[in-house]
Amino acid sequence: MKYGAPFLAVIALVLIAWLGSLIPGMQYVFGVVFPYLAMAMFLYGFIRQVVYWGKSPVPFSIQTTCGQAKSLDFIKHNKLEAPDTNSQVVARMLLEVLTFRSLFRNTQARIYSGPKLTHESSKWLWMFALLFHYSFLVVLIRHMRLFLNPYPVCLDWLEFLDGIFQIGAPNWYITDICLVTGLVLLLLRRFCQTKVRYISLANDYFPLFLLLGIAITGILMRYCLRGNVDVVAIKQLAVGLATFQPTITADIASIFYIHLFLVCALLVYFPYSKLMHMGGVFFSPTRNMRNNTRAARHINPWNPDIKPHSYAGYEDEFREFMVDAGIPVEKELPAKQA
Amino acid sequence: MALPKLEELSRSVAEDPSMATGSVPTREWMDIPVVFKSGNYAYPAKKDKVEYLNSQKGLSFPNARVWSPEEDDWKLPENWKEIILNGLKERLDKFRSLKIFMDCCVRCGACADKCHFFLGTGDPKNMPVLRAELLRSVYRNDFTLAGKLLGKMAGGREMTVGVLKEWFMYAYQCTECRRCSVFCPYGIDTAEITMMLRELLHTVGIGINWILEPASNSNRTGNHMGLQPHTFKDNVEFLVDDVERLTGRRPNITFNRKGAEILFITPSADVFAEPGLYTAMGYLILFEALGLDYTWSTYASEGGNFGLFTNNEMMKKLNAKMYAEAERLKVRYIIGGECGHMWRVLHQYMDTMNGPADFLEVPKSPITGTVFNNAASTKMIHITEFTADLIKNGKLKLDKSRNSHIKATWHDSCNTARAMGLMDEPRYVLDHVVDWVEMPENTIREQTFCCGSGTGLNTDEIMELRMRAGLPRANAVKHVHDKHGVNMLACVCAIDRATLTSLMNYWNPDVRVCGLSELVGNAIVLDGETREELDDGLRTL
Repeated sequence: MKYGAPFLAVIALVLIAWLGSLIPGMQYVFGVVFPYLAMAMFLYGFIRQVVYWGKSPVPFSIQTTCGQAKSLDFIKHNKLEAPDTNSQVVARMLLEVLTFRSLFRNTQARIYSGPKLTHESSKWLWMFALLFHYSFLVVLIRHMRLFLNPYPVCLDWLEFLDGIFQIGAPNWYITDICLVTGLVLLLLRRFCQTKVRYISLANDYFPLFLLLGIAITGILMRYCLRGNVDVVAIKQLAVGLATFQPTITADIASIFYIHLFLVCALLVYFPYSKLMHMGGVFFSPTRNMRNNTRAARHINPWNPDIKPHSYAGYEDEFREFMVDAGIPVEKELPAKQA
Repeated sequence: MALPKLEELSRSVAEDPSMATGSVPTREWMDIPVVFKSGNYAYPAKKDKVEYLNSQKGLSFPNARVWSPEEDDWKLPENWKEIILNGLKERLDKFRSLKIFMDCCVRCGACADKCHFFLGTGDPKNMPVLRAELLRSVYRNDFTLAGKLLGKMAGGREMTVGVLKEWFMYAYQCTECRRCSVFCPYGIDTAEITMMLRELLHTVGIGINWILEPASNSNRTGNHMGLQPHTFKDNVEFLVDDVERLTGRRPNITFNRKGAEILFITPSADVFAEPGLYTAMGYLILFEALGLDYTWSTYASEGGNFGLFTNNEMMKKLNAKMYAEAERLKVRYIIGGECGHMWRVLHQYMDTMNGPADFLEVPKSPITGTVFNNAASTKMIHITEFTADLIKNGKLKLDKSRNSHIKATWHDSCNTARAMGLMDEPRYVLDHVVDWVEMPENTIREQTFCCGSGTGLNTDEIMELRMRAGLPRANAVKHVHDKHGVNMLACVCAIDRATLTSLMNYWNPDVRVCGLSELVGNAIVLDGETREELDDGLRTL
């Protein structure tokens, strides 16, 4: 159920797009209406979520320090792991967002008889994550060629680099292979690692299946069903969508509509799911705050008005003992009756 | 429940089927109810303690009653569910961290084997990700669109008494050590989750005595041990006697003295029980060697803050005494003793909650002239920063050979490491006072393992749990004990000094525990001292 239902859901989406796009007149719905709708829902959902987060204040400065703080002059400050200034925070965040710094630290614990525990470095998850995210990013950027007319020349360079091994015809892109590999590895990890399998929800399998569906349909289009795919018509539609003058000039193969519909599903699903970690990572207070809380006061907008149990109350309760013990008091004991 | 024998527990940890040893439960975690039995929970707070706290201005501790986790009926208020869900809503609106941490987890599993409770118990719900899912599942169900539409399919579940009991079980099998947050790609901090869970539980009258009694003691008497002013003074004076007996110099001490330059606040355990007592003797010797113009306070006689383990209001109320006393005594600034969670509060919360401390001055060492700009706003510095600066400037006469009976290793306390970044100051000090070695990497600095009994869990009725949770720390100590003959585990945390002692007695009986200042104090050569050879340093009888 945890992975069966999401898998079937993706199959259902494929079928809907396949059959739907065959119905005369529905091409416009799948090619124009759904993409606009999906993009609108994505933007609305994304912004709504970020605003929802932003509405709550950050009452306390709760950075996690992963290195030596700024301290005495002769103690070497770790600027990236315990940032003291805004630019150091930016550097820490860049390292996190661009290189997945925290995952790079990952270790695997093992318990042997004895008992003996070990915590060896383990970089697999970090590698799989990098593989997937960067491949996806490059594929996404490559797609800009469809939406821009004329497109910037750097896209040519990117495509050249991406296909530099010159294998197959048409020339295979490295990122196409890496994208699928990354997704499959992440999926296998979820299936095979007992702990990860146990914590996984349907919400974790669905995006993986969906992204695989997108990648596979895209690859089919480019490498296998190329003869049926009218690239010129697709480019016209894509540019039309981007310039708000969409037209569908020819029959485009169903495989294209399936690909596009799955992308639409991803856009709609994105803001309401864990995929929002893309935005959330920038908001994480343990990472994006300065570790300078003793040097500069952090303000809590709802700081409640709470006073300590007062010294006067304390002294009233214990004055006699304090005087006896020679501890100074604010108010002396009343003079004893003779 | 009796603590199992060492051999028994050793075998159990490594061989009993558990998620940590590679087995998988046959049922989904949502379908496994919690079962409370003697030994797996800390005792509920006593009714009179809860009533006392509830009577204090600014605090709310409702539903004081006699109850037991082992009984079916927890005597919850009739509208408990409404209270919990409203409480969750309120906290989502107050803490951005909670929203982010609820929404961003992708269940990558990086945190799973980073938790000492998980490694020691093998219980899947002690994986940080599942600990958070206990709350996240309820959040999804009631606060997200996907959860409202798809319910269980989207990982949502309804808030039930069973879920509430599960919260109680696992919010008190987390020491808020934040090790998992170091490894999380989004910095999700389970300490925040646990703090929210504990806050919510208190709104319906669920709390443990080992936290609420110390909290109420701290509020009333100034320290968590409940020492009244004269007793507190007596205790410190005993230590003065001991220092005089050992060194021939009698440290000059004062209490609640107005106009002193510095107010000194340390965890009260340091003046109450071994081995903290020796740490406190270390402070006394250090300050005496410097002729420091400082005072103790009986009103603010607790560095630790049991409010951190309770809720933010309690934390603020207890912490507020420090500035209140500093202002009343008209000192210039405050030096804080060795304590872990105390320093999380001082570093990350105090100024925000109870500042600005504009009646104090930026700390400046009267001995070296060093200005501590890193504490320019809170005006409170750590004893180790103060000591490291003294050593650097050659202001202490140290004889390292006085610690030659010791081969030490260094335990980074969770909070000073991960919530402050105090890592190399203590190492600098150690280099000058004792022969020491590091434990294996991945168990030190920001990756340090908790003692297993922090956040108010160092109570005897859960000793097996504590020994299990402390195993990753103890095991790293065992490694350096076997390899380098380490016989002393040094730290800067009062809870550690108490809990690591039990932990070492169990797992590594040849290793003792001390505070850093004990090693410093023992190495200091006092002017005019008449110290004889002390085989066991400040511990010599």
